Order: sequence, then C-alpha cells, then structure tokens
Amino acid sequence: MIDLKKIRKEFPIFQNQPELAYLDSTATSLKPKAVIEKIREYYEEYSANVFRGIYPMSEKATVEFEETREVISKFINANKSEEVVFTRNATESLNLLAYSLGRKIIEDGDEIVTTIMEHHSNFVPWQVLAAEVGATLKVIDINDHGYLVINWDEVITKKTKILALTYVSNVLGTINPVKEIVIAAKKINPKIIVIVDAAQAVPHTKINVQDLGADFIVFSSHKMLGPTGVGVLWGKEKYLKEMYPFMYGGDMIEEVYIDHSTYKDPPHKFEAGTPAIGEIIAFKEAIKFLKKIGMENIRDHEKKITDYAINRLIDTFGQSIKIYGPKKIEDRGGIISFSLDKFHPHDIAQILADNGVCVRAGHHCAMPLHTRLNVPATVRASFYIYNDEKDVEKLVEGLKKVNKTLK
Amino acid sequence: MNIYQDIILDHYHHPHNQGRLDISGKSVQVSNPLCGDKIEMTIVFEKNKVKEVKFQGEGCVISTASASMLTDYAKNKSKQELKKLDSKFIIKMLGIDLGMTRIKCALLPLEALHKLL
Ligand SMILES: Cc1ncc(COP(=O)(O)O)c(C=O)c1O
Repeated sequence: MIDLKKIRKEFPIFQNQPELAYLDSTATSLKPKAVIEKIREYYEEYSANVFRGIYPMSEKATVEFEETREVISKFINANKSEEVVFTRNATESLNLLAYSLGRKIIEDGDEIVTTIMEHHSNFVPWQVLAAEVGATLKVIDINDHGYLVINWDEVITKKTKILALTYVSNVLGTINPVKEIVIAAKKINPKIIVIVDAAQAVPHTKINVQDLGADFIVFSSHKMLGPTGVGVLWGKEKYLKEMYPFMYGGDMIEEVYIDHSTYKDPPHKFEAGTPAIGEIIAFKEAIKFLKKIGMENIRDHEKKITDYAINRLIDTFGQSIKIYGPKKIEDRGGIISFSLDKFHPHDIAQILADNGVCVRAGHHCAMPLHTRLNVPATVRASFYIYNDEKDVEKLVEGLKKVNKTLK
Repeated sequence: MNIYQDIILDHYHHPHNQGRLDISGKSVQVSNPLCGDKIEMTIVFEKNKVKEVKFQGEGCVISTASASMLTDYAKNKSKQELKKLDSKFIIKMLGIDLGMTRIKCALLPLEALHKLL
C-alpha cells in the first residue's frame, strides 16, 4: 500500500497548483522536492565540471556524478556500473545504438525486426539504417486487443541481426512479455541482439536486466521523477566494447595524434563533451525516492487506479467511449488511450484542460500504430504514484462537459 | 477565455459551404498529421473573383469553424485580397484567443485557400 497523501506532499507543484489533475506522466513525470533540492545543491555548492579538475569542488562533483551511475546499475541489477551509459534521453540512446551498433553489424541483406506499436524513436532510426545499408525492416503486427502477434518462423531468421521492441506501449499500455520473447528469438537465432525500449517500464515496475535477458535497454530520467536532459543506455559490456563511438571530442578520448586517436573504454567512450552534470547528479534522488516507495507498490497502485479509471469511464460513457489496448489489467501499464464519440481528440483535450485536467491528444509519436488502429489521433490519460481517485473523477467530470459542449 | 463560444460551435455543428464542387473547379488537400485534421477545398473563379468555394474533411471544432467562416468570407473577393489574409485575420475572424498548438488548426483552411489562389 502506498500513502498518497504523504507522497503528494513531496511534490511542490501540488502546493503551487492544488487543483492540478496531472494525467500525462507518460510524456513526463512531476518532480519531487528531493530531486529539485539536489539540483540546487550542485549549482550552489560544487558546480564544477567533472573529470577535469583536481580541486575539491570538481572531485566532489565527479564523485556525485559517478554515484548516480552506481545507483542506476544496482536499480536495474546490471553486472557492473561500466555498463551504464549516460545520454540525453531514451531517443538519443536508441539513435546511439542505431549508429554505433547498427552501422557496425548490419549489412546489405540483413534483417532488423521491430513492432507496429513502437514510439517513433524506436522505429525511425531502424527504418533509416535499413534504407541506408540495404537491410530489410520487418514489423511485427498486433491483434485487435493490442497484443503482439509473432509468427516466429517468419519473423526471426538467421539474417536477423537486431530485434528492437518496446517493453510497454506508450499508447496501448500493453506490457510485452519481453523475457519470453528474448528466449524465443534467441532460440531461433542465438546471435540476435535484442534492444528493449524500457522508457515506459523502468519508471513503473521492477526491472532486472540479468533476468530479462535482453542485450540493451534504454530509458529516460524525466519519466521517472528525475530531471530532463538525462537518458540511460544499459548494454552488455562485450557489445559496448565492440561498438563504434557515437560522438567524438572531449572526455571520450584517451590519446590524440595528428593521424589517429584512441578512445576510452565504455561507458566514457560514448559520453563526449560536458554532460548534464547537475541533472545526472540529481537523478539518483529520483531512484532513491522510487526505491523507498517500492517498485512493487508502485505497480500495484497503478494497476488499481487504472482499473478504477477504466471501470468509471465505461460505466459513465458506455458505448460512446472506445478504450484501446488489453482488457486484462495484469497486461497493461497505467496508460489509457481512448476515443469519445466522434469528437476530435484536440477538442476533448482542450475542454479537459479548461477544467484543470492535463491529458495528451494526438498520435503520441506513434503514427504507424495509429494508422494500424485506423484513427488519426487518440486522447491519452496516464497515471503515476501521485494520482488518486479524485484525478479520475475530474477526468470523468471533464468528459461529461465535453459531451455537453460538443453534442 | 473559453474558445467554445456559441458562434464557433454553431459553425461546427452546421458548417457553411460544406461539400465538393465537381464542375471545373480547382481542388487541393491539406492536412495536419499531428492531430489528423484533413481538409479538401474546391474553388471556382469568375474572372479574378471567387464565385464558389466549398470544403470537406475531418477536423476539430476550430478547424471546421475556421473553414466555414473563411469560405463565407472568400466569396466574391479577388485573388489579391485573399492573398493578403494572414493569421491575424483568422484570429480576428474567429474572435477567440488561441494558444500555440490550436492556432495550427485555425490556419489549416487558410493554407488550403492560399494554395488555390
Ligand atoms: C515508449 C517510449 N519510447 C521512447 C520515448 C522517448 O523518450 P524521450 O523523449 O525521453 O527520448 C518515449 C517517450 O515519449 C516513450 O514513451
């Protein structure tokens, strides 16, 4: 059980906006005091660059910075913290992989497999890479309930070099059985590299990369109570070592000569230039906050509130509301995308906004999925640790107003 | 300010000039993939002036109302006059305050009209 009242007190935004019904944590989460305070601490007390100075302030910043890597490593149960690479966001982590890994291993005639439910950031980099090197991009479809439909023998072949898929769909909410998928894929082709977009999973449920079996996972700090500007790429050391660097310049270099250069080992090989130091330092406070509540408790809470919301919506709006994705609450995260009547999602979101409810309208960076669902756009409400039944009631009341205004 | 004023909703529920001119009219399609709005506009000129203009498609309240009002306005206006219309004109015509995202919906019909001139 989680103590919502206590949790909400930790988020200063609720003091500034007591009536806020924030239902867009899938886009980005709110931030607790501890994270904001840690950013302030860095900028006010030891705002030096990392790895560069031998004076105490720089050493303190470096220690704090590397401590975050350690905390992340333990949080996802990585083998060692050197497997944790800092990027700007999940999108950059995926582009890094398409560039540094993809361009190393994919050749003319190879195959890359992804799914129709991907966020553009786990779709377009592979599409572009395939076109560039002459590889084939295969796309796994879904069924009408929002589950992946995998015809194993057709999809994965000896030519498949990469399988890139999302853990949790940011539209359907579907939780893919990633562990089973990895086992099945590697059975057909043991050399396949599996990349998991865990941007909507790591914030909401316990992830153990040893147990998951994937070769890479990516996620963003800002979706899990942390600051913006920080992403994570976790990968198996042997692959990180083989991959090309991503960007060249300061901090990633070992030695530079007129005619060639040598590079540091991972993770620093992929971290060129001054990073988002204060934000990375503060990110560990977000993880500590989540750990204190407990990932199992978070998942439980989201299941409960999502179940409650789906029931309230169906009870109130019946046939006129269409909710996408799995019906079984065990199979979905705290995300509800829907259509209401013939109303345009922008109008729905606008009227909800006028009533203090923040949701998102559009294709949520998943245009192939919306084309597949045969709708140009949907409305999405999503939940996190600070959302309660009152938020759901505001959503329901807001949607009643939509009916009244637009009917 | 609430953008769902009665006059806007009236145009949304009962749009003027809806449909398609299939005589010798010129036609164009514009869309805003972000929200899925799509408008097809057809037009017939007489000499240099708009004789008839119609629109059809899927859109939100704002884009539909904007198309309805703009097509009303465009009739009997010259190409030169219509070319001068800009976002300020559309905001004034709708009489509502639009944020950064919704202004795109309001401007979609104007984009179609300008492509036809
Ligand atoms: C499933 C999924 N993947 C990737 C991303 C991209 O995250 P970011 O914008 O932080 O790079 C998002 C967030 O929008 C997402 O929901």
